[in-house]
Amino acid sequence: MFPRDLKAEQFDGYPPEARKLAVAHLSALQQLPLSFAPSLLREVIDYDYRFPAERASLDQELSHLSALSPAQMQEWFQAFAQFPLSSKLEHFDWVNQPGQFVEQLSAYLWSTHQLDDFRKAATAYGDRLRSAVPPDPPAGRRLGIAVIGQGVASYHAPLFGNLRPHGTYFGSVKPDSGLELLLAGAAARAKAQPVLYGHWYVDGGQEAEHNPILTCISYQRLEPLRAALLKNVNLEIARPGMGPEELRTHLARLTPSDLGMDKAGDAVLDRFQMKLFTEGSGTQIFSTTFAQWTAREALRRAQPMTLLVRFAPRQQQKPMNEMLSNASSRPDLDPTGSLIDAEMGAYYHWINQQRLPGSEQSSFLVWFEGHNQALVIAPSLPRGSASSSAMDLGQLLVLAAG
Amino acid sequence: MRELIPQASFFTQVMNQGILGHYVATASLATGVYETLNNFSAVPPEHPTVFEYFRKDLNRPPSDAWVVAPSNGFNRIGESEYRSYGSGLGARVVLPKHLLSAATSGGNTDYEHLLHDSYENPLYTPQLAGGEFELQQLEMILKLSVDDFKAHALTASSPDELSMYIVRRLMQQQSPSLLWITMHDIDIAHAGAYSLYVDAIRRTDRLCSELWKAVQSEPEYAGNTTLFILPDFGRDADEDAGGNGFQHHRTGDAASRTTWMLAMGAGVREGVVYDSPMQSIDLVPTLGAIMGFSASQSQGKPVRELV
Repeated sequence: MFPRDLKAEQFDGYPPEARKLAVAHLSALQQLPLSFAPSLLREVIDYDYRFPAERASLDQELSHLSALSPAQMQEWFQAFAQFPLSSKLEHFDWVNQPGQFVEQLSAYLWSTHQLDDFRKAATAYGDRLRSAVPPDPPAGRRLGIAVIGQGVASYHAPLFGNLRPHGTYFGSVKPDSGLELLLAGAAARAKAQPVLYGHWYVDGGQEAEHNPILTCISYQRLEPLRAALLKNVNLEIARPGMGPEELRTHLARLTPSDLGMDKAGDAVLDRFQMKLFTEGSGTQIFSTTFAQWTAREALRRAQPMTLLVRFAPRQQQKPMNEMLSNASSRPDLDPTGSLIDAEMGAYYHWINQQRLPGSEQSSFLVWFEGHNQALVIAPSLPRGSASSSAMDLGQLLVLAAG
Repeated sequence: MRELIPQASFFTQVMNQGILGHYVATASLATGVYETLNNFSAVPPEHPTVFEYFRKDLNRPPSDAWVVAPSNGFNRIGESEYRSYGSGLGARVVLPKHLLSAATSGGNTDYEHLLHDSYENPLYTPQLAGGEFELQQLEMILKLSVDDFKAHALTASSPDELSMYIVRRLMQQQSPSLLWITMHDIDIAHAGAYSLYVDAIRRTDRLCSELWKAVQSEPEYAGNTTLFILPDFGRDADEDAGGNGFQHHRTGDAASRTTWMLAMGAGVREGVVYDSPMQSIDLVPTLGAIMGFSASQSQGKPVRELV
């Protein structure tokens, strides 16, 4: 089937808001090439579980496409229409399984050496869309905070190497009550700029006491979900005929209730949390990977104004089967390795933040927990410099806010 | 590498324009054609491998071409099913983890750290096979008793260290003219822990240096061996929004398609860095030009600076 054959009733299996959205833009969807339409439907089908920033972006994209004339549509999607697809893809139920279609499309493009051209077309489309429908600027200046190195008594190698060229290094930080000051600062921002899912606290271990105004996700709190997923995976991989691709398809179909999540919870956040484990790689076994990936996904999807990520020591590397069995309730930890993981995680946090609108005004603070080293990137601070000023974390936050 | 590069010709721009999965990319390296097989299936390459060209054109016995490979799927890397090549003309393949699995008869508690097979899908860890055939390989080819092998395995800290031990045994016992080693520890990157990734890079770096030292210390190899070291491809750039930096190789961006190659030893100029681009499929025709066989089905071309 091709998009031109789409009918409203084919979206009956979609959740209510998603169905409404697809039907409202049916005419635009019908004009899309098959190489593109399922990618858009993959976003639409999850509309009911999307964050406000994602919904706004999807609404704007579909409204813009609906406003284009047929000739303009053809011109916009000419590059995508050039890709010959297999009959297997043409016969796939891409309306109801757009995610699986996109996976198969990707494999097909790789195997037919069309991936690079597809990548070019997708990049050009994204650039053109951003220029036609510029993303809304953030309500205020964005702030990222990374707290790394929990549990490390001493570490002598230089820290923040990737970030130093972009900000000011502070080597005489007063660490007392540092985490409390940072969490209080994040909460103050949330009170001053109340935005739904706008201010986050992610902890790679046990969350510290914090104001509930912050959207909080912690590795410890999600332990039951993680254990349920690993149990589910261990059962699945024992089935005959199961392979990596089949497992990926299985994971994509899981819902929060399949993994025992409370139906009365926050449906948007529950689904987000589940996907951290079903879509992330390594999040199921290493808390540092979990914290980094959660930061990446929160920024990409929810576009928060404030994101505080605190890394915690991950378990030591062990044979994968042992880690996946989740048998040990008190695994040996690797604090120093986790500091190195987290240092790179902080760098990626900043990179992902800089991809969002308003990046020229955004700020970032990274602190070696319990120690006197931090780095602040802010429009008002010099780059590639160092300061010996003795300041606490509250004062550094004020500097970052500029 | 700091030790080896001054003794080598170093190519800084090796492009891989094929599929960036480890098995399919290694198969492409071995055939000189960008293969399109399913990365997660144990299927042979579609085109003749370097081992088939070498053995058929030079009329070499089976014992003269060997592969030491890390994981499931790679057991088919030794030969294609290509008409006029294929069956009986390829390399013999040793999978050290299968050897160990067979030697320990499933009671693997002390050896599990050496048996991990696939990091590309950290959640999917298939069972390793290993049986009579592997035990025969140990005794007949590597001249190793099960007990000696198990005792040595206990001293190895990673699967690649175990592979390197097998490589040395092969060099001592079989002295193949063409020996292909695929190392896999670095793939821990997929689990997202940067420190473990860096540890694996350093370990692989050390193992490469040890391999070269082993070449110098074996009379069959010293002074007449050429060593090629290259990654199958790169990794996603930190800046590419479609990826997650070092963790994967999914975007097909320039960083994931660009890597390097080091060539050293017999017939290779020392201390030269070449920035001119080459393709990863150029390896097989280059080996053909050096060793005297024709890689007739390869789509690459010999690297001018090496032939």
